[in-house]
Amino acid sequence: MSCWQVLQDYGLRSLGIGERLLPRSDFTLCDQFILIGSGLIWNVYFAVLALALGFGLSITVALGKASTNPALRVPSEWFIFLFRGSPLFIQFFLAYEAFVMLPRNGIEFSFLGAEFTAETRWLTRAWAGALIVLFLNTSAYAGEIFYGALRSVPKGDLEAADAYGMSGWTKFRRITLPSMLRLAWPSYTNEAIFLFHATTLVYFSGFPAWRQEGDALYYANYFADKTFNPFVAYPIVAAYFIALTLIIIWAFGRVNRRLNRHIAPQKRSALKLRLQVVR
Amino acid sequence: MFEYCVDPSVLSDSRWMMCYLTSPKQLAFYTSFGTVLALLAVTAPCALLLGFLGAMASRSHFPPLTIVGRGYTSMVRGIPDIIFFLFIPIAVDQGLEWLRHHWRCPDWTEPIRRGSDFVVCADAKLPLSSASTWIHDLYGITLAVLAFAVVFGAFAANVLYGAMNSVPKAQLETAEAYGMTPRQSFWRILVPQMWVYALPGLSNLWQVLIKATPLLFLLGVKDIVFWAREMGGAKTSTFSYPHPDWRLYYFLVLLVFYLLLTSLSERLFRRGMVKLSHGQATMAGEQQRKAHAA
Repeated sequence: MSCWQVLQDYGLRSLGIGERLLPRSDFTLCDQFILIGSGLIWNVYFAVLALALGFGLSITVALGKASTNPALRVPSEWFIFLFRGSPLFIQFFLAYEAFVMLPRNGIEFSFLGAEFTAETRWLTRAWAGALIVLFLNTSAYAGEIFYGALRSVPKGDLEAADAYGMSGWTKFRRITLPSMLRLAWPSYTNEAIFLFHATTLVYFSGFPAWRQEGDALYYANYFADKTFNPFVAYPIVAAYFIALTLIIIWAFGRVNRRLNRHIAPQKRSALKLRLQVVR
Repeated sequence: MFEYCVDPSVLSDSRWMMCYLTSPKQLAFYTSFGTVLALLAVTAPCALLLGFLGAMASRSHFPPLTIVGRGYTSMVRGIPDIIFFLFIPIAVDQGLEWLRHHWRCPDWTEPIRRGSDFVVCADAKLPLSSASTWIHDLYGITLAVLAFAVVFGAFAANVLYGAMNSVPKAQLETAEAYGMTPRQSFWRILVPQMWVYALPGLSNLWQVLIKATPLLFLLGVKDIVFWAREMGGAKTSTFSYPHPDWRLYYFLVLLVFYLLLTSLSERLFRRGMVKLSHGQATMAGEQQRKAHAA
């Protein structure tokens, strides 16, 4: 079977498109590259959606934690504490068990006199359930990063904004937020990388891979188990992740340059990666 | 545990619970918390040692060693740690068996890898198939600790490498001016001073290590996640303590355990942060100043 044929059969296997049965024997390098690569779709899906959705919530949480009003501060602090203080692995298990416990045929409730039925079964599937966990998890981690950056916003900038008569929303949008993002960006890049890496946990925690539609590591583990040879499949998945990590660094580096464009070149902080957040 | 636990089916609810919570299987669940703490206690020094070696190698002036050190420190940036956790135990196991095979059975002519099998002679098996169960368990846990030590050694190497570079250059130049050899200035000047810079990173690493311990489950160790799944699953009336699916509650207990463990470290960390923001011209420093003035 040519490699082109394998690509047609298994290129989108992780989405359930193409050949139904996974290869069972005589694995070629091409099989492993393509099937693991197809699993990578899920890793990218989880990482991109969790980060995109989490960006808004994390800024909200950061502002909440920095607020002087206890009604906003305390929930934000607990949210961050809960998701940063416990292992993501346990969060996945807990969420899965909680979602399984929801009634099977949906929750019926009435709102404004009309009867509604909320479907709950999709929550036990990885595409939704794991995404919710990752979304909340990254919001907490990024919230803490943004909170730290918010507290490091130069005092002079804020005083200058006051002197210009800016207040409230204008001051936030034009002074506080850009400075906060600029200061937080190197750490946020780090967070994005480690969130991307954390997506490999999804199919190794409670969430089952439905119809063997899993992520890159799920397929790599499948090959390693079948061939009893870890020296091929795991390096392949490692190579994929290195490549995508470099893409993340490049993309976030572009944003970092834009955020820093008003700073004199010698004062700019380069995007230095520190290993600060891992789950 | 208690005398009245002989027949749990006739007990009242509170007594049933007492008996359930002290049943032998539950006690195994409690001891597995000890396994996690023991793993932390063993892995942390191993990882620190590997990290120190890695950081030293990255600083060395001997190019092959530098490449090894740099490669080791940067591998965790691009590759998810869980891949290492899956890869290292099986790779090390096969590597050791392969070496022992060539040492113990040099006359063996058949290939070791046959299709999807990895066959070594009986003498080269690790542990030997005649070994008792606890040796098998210990071997498994040792491989797990090794995987953890390698991954967290790489994280520690990052932290320590950064810390070594943060020690002011003037200090090392002064040491050189006093006629110290590079080795002397490394051990007498650099190493004693670098810990101040390494401490924030290392305390963070400790938290990360705590949160990585449930991954032991993936390595086949009977840890708290294993027991929580085992104990929490629904038990039919053939068991002495039948109950519905309680996994949610078991995982809640684990969640609280980890929250307590990390919040202890977090509290210590925050104390340090307050000290560091003191007197800084930032929002945090400004709030402290205003609070002090008021």
